[in-house]
Amino acid sequence: MNQLAMNTTGLAEKVSIRNLKFFYGDTQALKTINLPLFEKKVTAFIGPSGCGKSTLLRVLNRMYDLYPRQRAEGEVLFDGKNVLDPDQDRNMLRARIGMVFQKPTPFPMSIYDNIAFGIRLYESLSRSEMDGRVEAALTRAALWNEVKDKLNSSGLSLSGGQQQRLCIARTIAVRPEVVLFDEPCSALDPISTAKIEELIDELTTDYTIAIVTHNMQQAARVSDYTAFMYLGELIEFDETAKIFTSPSDKRTQDYITGRFG
Amino acid sequence: MSEHIVSRYDDELNDVARRIAEMGGMAERLVDVAVGALMRVDTETAKQVIADDKKLDALQRECEERAVMIIARRQPMALDLREVIGVQRISSDLERIGDLAKNIAKRVMALDGQFQSKRFNTGVEHMAQLSLAQLKDVLDAYATRDVDQAYQVWKRDEEIDAMYTSLFRELLTYMMEDPRNITFCTHLLFCAKNIERIGDHATNIAETIYYVVNGRVLEEDRPKQDESSTTAVAYEQN
Repeated sequence: MNQLAMNTTGLAEKVSIRNLKFFYGDTQALKTINLPLFEKKVTAFIGPSGCGKSTLLRVLNRMYDLYPRQRAEGEVLFDGKNVLDPDQDRNMLRARIGMVFQKPTPFPMSIYDNIAFGIRLYESLSRSEMDGRVEAALTRAALWNEVKDKLNSSGLSLSGGQQQRLCIARTIAVRPEVVLFDEPCSALDPISTAKIEELIDELTTDYTIAIVTHNMQQAARVSDYTAFMYLGELIEFDETAKIFTSPSDKRTQDYITGRFG
Repeated sequence: MSEHIVSRYDDELNDVARRIAEMGGMAERLVDVAVGALMRVDTETAKQVIADDKKLDALQRECEERAVMIIARRQPMALDLREVIGVQRISSDLERIGDLAKNIAKRVMALDGQFQSKRFNTGVEHMAQLSLAQLKDVLDAYATRDVDQAYQVWKRDEEIDAMYTSLFRELLTYMMEDPRNITFCTHLLFCAKNIERIGDHATNIAETIYYVVNGRVLEEDRPKQDESSTTAVAYEQN
């Protein structure tokens, strides 16, 4: 897969992945990936387990740096600057490219502090300013009405779906530009899933979003663009409407129609 | 095409495709029998056509329900999705073809005992043969997912259209010749229109096959030869 078949006029590339290779020790997990993430659009990564989609997501904000013997080659241009450069400030990068994980991971602290914690790392705000930011983030994450009367309760006291929205609120509280979702709904019931999907829709007014999901229908529902990956390769990248009605590559078709393996 | 991991899914898709084939066979037969009844003004056979059309309607409902069930249970994607959409479209085209055959049969009742002449029939019979051939070809094309064959059907529809336009003129002329011809020829004209519509449904099916197989719609403009809406025959006074 070398070039894009679709019309990309009018789209800005927020993130450009160029010739990206990734290694776990001696094992190559990504083989020369070229892929854009368009600004304020949702891009879904789909593919069978082990295809490299989560790895790709983890490269974008250099999560892999936390582990030894993992390395990336190539470029990930974020507003034109290569985030793989050794001098990249990783904390700043992760504030600008936030991440939401598969399992909700609230900090063992109050709902309020879950949100405020991240903000305090980057900004020093007065109490009233902080209150405002916490409320804004919780409102944006469609959680405010459910928690406004118990902001001092532990984040862990919330239901799974609420915890996940708390994590989304925490991520957007530091005002990132890109939000990465790594299977954000796989541990949630359908109603919580719908709420997260609704949220993703709303977030696109301000954020560029990448989502890894095993749920094909979810990818079809929430994304504008879809990348199908297999064995560390990007097989097909196109508009979501095209991928799910008439994909170009037979492997994509076999996978999304349940004929694989 | 390789099979789904869930084999029941394949069974369900094969099942609806088989029902389409069954409906296709039934629609063909209805048209054939209805036109035969028209040619002979055979009211008994015509009644049978009217009764049999109900079976086709029932089959269409079943097809529709099963397609809806597949969508609900399997959330089909890509070619499977197109396949199911194809089943829905084709089944409704076939159901409409059945209705048109039924309408021809109803007119046979009206024609019973009316003044008629054998020479009126030739054109309609010829048109019916062509429409039936189109229907048969397009059903074959569906069974084998043969896009080329479907495309040929799609192209050929203009012949039926052209034939309809000339038949229109011909029947108008008979009516002018002798007012006693009017009842029969008017009914015949509506029957010809129905047959022409059957050809249109065959081309719809051809378009659906094209979409199911290729994943995009046939965008070319089909050549149109039906000029009956702008045709007039001058009345000559002797």
